[in-house]
Amino acid sequence: MAEQGKGKKPAPGKGRGQGRPAQPKRPAAGRTPARTAGTSTGKAPAKAARPRVEKFDVDSDVSKSGLAQFFAPVAGFGVTMSTLFRPVVTEQYPFEKKPTAPRYHGRHQLNRHPDGLERCIGCELCAWACPADAIYVEAGNNTPEAQYSPGERYGKVYQINYLRCIFCGLCIEACPTRALTMTNDFELAGTTREGMIFDKDTLLAPIRSGMLAAPHPMVAGLSDADYYRGDVTGPTTEQVAWVSDRRPDDESLESAAAAAARGATGDGK
Amino acid sequence: MTATTNESSSAVAPVEEITLTIDGLDVSVPKGTLVIRAAETVGIQIPRFCDHPLLKPAGACRQCLVDVATPDREGNLRAMPKPQASCTIEATPGMVVNTQHTSPVAEKAQRGQIEFLLVNHPLDCPVCDKGGECPLQNQAMSNGAATSRFVDIKRTFPKPIKISTQILLDRDRCILCQRCTRFSDEIAGDPFIDLQGRGGGEPGGHGHGLPAQQIGRFDEAILEYTPSGEQAPNETQRTDDVVGPYGQAGVLSSVAGSIGAALEDTSGRPFASYFSGNTVQICPVGALTSAAYRFRSRPFDLVSTPSIAEHDACGSAIRVDHRRGVVMRRLAGDDPAVNEEWITDKDRFAFAWQTSPDVLTAPLVRDEETGELVPTSWSEAIALAAEGLRKALDGAGAAALPGGRLTLEDAYAWSKFTRVALGTNDVDFRARVHSAEEADFLASRVAGAGMDVIFGDLERAPRVLLVGLEPEEEAGTIFLRLRKGMLAGRVRVTTIAPLATRGSTKLRAEVVRTAPGDEPAVLDALAGLTDAAGTSSGDLSELKAALAEPGTVVLAGERLAGVPGALSALDRLLTATGARFAWVPRRAGDRGAVEVGLLPGLLPGGRPTAEAEARVDVAGVWGVGTLPAAPGRDLTGILDATTSGEIDALLVGGIDLADLPSPADAEVALAAAGFVVQLEVRRSAVTQHADVVLPIAPSAHKSGTFLNWEGRPRPFGQVFTTSALTDSRVLGMLADALEVDLGTRTLEEIHRELAEFDGWEGPRTAAPSVPAAPAPALEAGQARLATWRLMLDSGRGQDGEPHLAGTAYRPVALLSPATATALGIAEGGRVRVSGAEGDIVLPVLPTPMGDDVVWLPQHSPGSSVYRTLGVTAGAAVRLAAVDAEVAR
Ligand code: SF4
Ligand code: SF4
Ligand code: SF4
Ligand code: FES
Repeated sequence: MAEQGKGKKPAPGKGRGQGRPAQPKRPAAGRTPARTAGTSTGKAPAKAARPRVEKFDVDSDVSKSGLAQFFAPVAGFGVTMSTLFRPVVTEQYPFEKKPTAPRYHGRHQLNRHPDGLERCIGCELCAWACPADAIYVEAGNNTPEAQYSPGERYGKVYQINYLRCIFCGLCIEACPTRALTMTNDFELAGTTREGMIFDKDTLLAPIRSGMLAAPHPMVAGLSDADYYRGDVTGPTTEQVAWVSDRRPDDESLESAAAAAARGATGDGK
Repeated sequence: MTATTNESSSAVAPVEEITLTIDGLDVSVPKGTLVIRAAETVGIQIPRFCDHPLLKPAGACRQCLVDVATPDREGNLRAMPKPQASCTIEATPGMVVNTQHTSPVAEKAQRGQIEFLLVNHPLDCPVCDKGGECPLQNQAMSNGAATSRFVDIKRTFPKPIKISTQILLDRDRCILCQRCTRFSDEIAGDPFIDLQGRGGGEPGGHGHGLPAQQIGRFDEAILEYTPSGEQAPNETQRTDDVVGPYGQAGVLSSVAGSIGAALEDTSGRPFASYFSGNTVQICPVGALTSAAYRFRSRPFDLVSTPSIAEHDACGSAIRVDHRRGVVMRRLAGDDPAVNEEWITDKDRFAFAWQTSPDVLTAPLVRDEETGELVPTSWSEAIALAAEGLRKALDGAGAAALPGGRLTLEDAYAWSKFTRVALGTNDVDFRARVHSAEEADFLASRVAGAGMDVIFGDLERAPRVLLVGLEPEEEAGTIFLRLRKGMLAGRVRVTTIAPLATRGSTKLRAEVVRTAPGDEPAVLDALAGLTDAAGTSSGDLSELKAALAEPGTVVLAGERLAGVPGALSALDRLLTATGARFAWVPRRAGDRGAVEVGLLPGLLPGGRPTAEAEARVDVAGVWGVGTLPAAPGRDLTGILDATTSGEIDALLVGGIDLADLPSPADAEVALAAAGFVVQLEVRRSAVTQHADVVLPIAPSAHKSGTFLNWEGRPRPFGQVFTTSALTDSRVLGMLADALEVDLGTRTLEEIHRELAEFDGWEGPRTAAPSVPAAPAPALEAGQARLATWRLMLDSGRGQDGEPHLAGTAYRPVALLSPATATALGIAEGGRVRVSGAEGDIVLPVLPTPMGDDVVWLPQHSPGSSVYRTLGVTAGAAVRLAAVDAEVAR
């Protein structure tokens, strides 16, 4: 195959016989027919088209009427003219931004539980699933004084290299805690390679109103499994008190305190 | 490998072969083979958890069920009514076994068993360190059902439990296979963890008066065990560095209720084990994990390189796992001839030293103006080092102190460099207590002796005599082998030591109680040269007879060098009894250093420097005219000569001054030296005296060969490809700058040259004959100092590993109860031990031992004997009770 391809391109006229299934000139070795058949699947249409292209050659075509011949030089503009009066489909990106399809695979996000603890447990399953080796995770050990996620373990270092990511979403499927999801953000351009490696600070979802910034203890009496089941719907007053003891200036305290007062999460099971 | 060793042992009658059928295949195996292993020989894998080839069968997990039929007396095949555990059943002739591949019954039984094992399993693989390399995970996938029918609440325990600072236990994940407890019991012999409450109730409740069946230590608070049934158990204590699934703090095990100072580790728990890391490796689930590797990576991140442990002279096979240029963990390798599948915790966990902040990365030289060490280029550093050495060579000369941690190849380069480039025999690898007697002994008995005693002999020899060696502390793999042989009923261990240590107790060793310094008398008595009555060690006649038996092995530790006359007496004993002998040093490079002649009186291959023929021989291989004939000086001699100006320049390798018999003298000598070149991995106490510092690759960054105590080459490859250089490369560059061709550019070159030194048939160094020193006269309140190093101590190789350090013995001073009473030291009191230069104060543990002896850990936190006391083993030290006021 490779031979044929090579031979043909530089000298299409000379080597013609080779490619034509109809008139095999060379007495073929046993496998030639198969070879030719295989090759021609890709090439035969191109070959057959050649004479047809000549048919549309305006100058050489003498069968057209006079009017047709007169308009022939601008006939191609017909399409242009008719399109001029149709509605515009060009998107004025980046001046006008259009929403993507709802399930568009954009930039990743590391989500939080409603009480503000991180969902990611640093299990590395996303890194394992990633076919492009775009994800790097280092897990950390939660301690009573620094509980970032429910349970024993949290994702201490989390990086996605957007120069590698192919946005396949396999990492999302692998994540056992639904920590990792994809947003619709597709504006991922940068001027440096390092800048295209997104760290946890960029990937981690922001603290929304009613959430309490981590680290703080888990809701008393609930286990990591209860968190995954959705039994936690917001911070408790205990958690708020813990944070205000240690980080009185924490910005999330106010709205978290309000949410806790509303009693979003019941007092355990 | 000597032919005699292995043939004698394999000359046992061939084991009868039997034939059985497994999945329709005929299989022939030696009689006594377990069915599970017989299946392996034909590539049939039966799932298993508790089965481990080096542990006794337990039949604990029931995962390996297969269908078995055996012929009855008439030869009719009779199927057993229920599936059988293939890990406990021996293959018998004509047996027909159908595994899960051919028997639906076996397949269903296995699937059901996995479902059972998972009933209470938390299924928390994403947060489990074993995830990705977990036999339970894998076999649940390959032999289990996809879904569980179990819908009830799972049994849970508070977790994780910190059994020691290093080992964490998650009882929820445990499948009670008892691999860990069998290891502790059958291999290490430590009461580390055991099955608690067998057949007991559920957590929080007590069935049959027992707590729930679980793995752990006997910890009343954790087991909620109430002996009287009335009194509430103690509260469990909590740790602040790990949390469980509820975010609650982890549980501390065994911290309440001390069981005595001796067996405590530095974290205050009962001492666990020097081998505890092996349980983490063999646990088939993630129930046992280590604090050092907790949550650090996943198997798919890791690149594994087989290697050899650098911490002792056993040459244990290890596997180094690294992730992106950082070593994450080390595991035991599988080498049946050496360490089987076990390594010490030091070999496993102590690797952070290779990346500690004081690792040298660039050559350092003295700034001309400030005199400070400043980084520079290799070419400049080498040029300056060469210039300084050349100046010294024109003057009083230079000497080399390479240290005992070199690979064979590097040691060879040092040996050659010293002779060829420095033109001297002033070289000594011994960075520890040493003597001229020892040098002669090594030259006559060890150098060029090849492999005689090997690990396998230690489990077969009828009698093993240990002199000056504490295997559990100084050579862990030897300890495990001896214990294996002892438990098999083949080996009896006798040790000549001042007291029965915990290690010798676990070996069930007979202790010939000998005060430090009295070893020569005991050895001579054993050799029948003197009357045994002259020693303090009781009746030796039985031992004397045993030593004359064929196959007896004598192992001597490097510490014997500190006792004048001991090695001479040992040589006489070996000659008299014909016992087989091996010298067991402590450092990985010691045996190799002896082989390549890093001693003042020794050239490569056991050739004595004093023999003209040997020098000509070596000079021929090295392609030089002549070799220096003047006898060299040993370490002490070199340091003294440097202090007095007889040596101008020192070339110093990996030496820790704290190991030297007199660190203070060494400091003086280094300060007095005109020019010091240091070849080191890390900054050390030598660095401040060095004029040029040349960085050397840590073992993960180089390849080479260690010779272990057997004399067995233990080659290892590079874990990381770096530009870091080995000693041989650096010495090669230095030699080039001195216009000498060292020819040690590649390992191949070195191996080619080394091969030429085999088979010296000329005269050897004569055995030493040094008289024993008289015992020091003890005044009232004085005792003789016994001391040796513990496996886990203040050694720099264990730097950066707090979890490991927490599992070390708490340093204590050992005294006989009578001495303690005489000094007025009450239980829990402390003693002040005073030597020539200072005092050491430690808690006292009364121990059965001689009344005139005190034992101190040689280099543990708070007890650096050489540096603080300024004396070595055998010296008289003063004892005094420490006032209770002062203690507070
Ligand atoms: S979307 Fe696909 S390529 Fe991108 S990080 Fe996830 S798994 Fe990897
Ligand atoms: S994002 Fe999900 S899959 Fe990835 S480490 Fe975190 S918890 Fe695991
Ligand atoms: S801790 Fe591990 S090794 Fe020990 S019994 Fe449980 S599962 Fe087996
Ligand atoms: S492997 Fe046979 S019972 Fe566990």
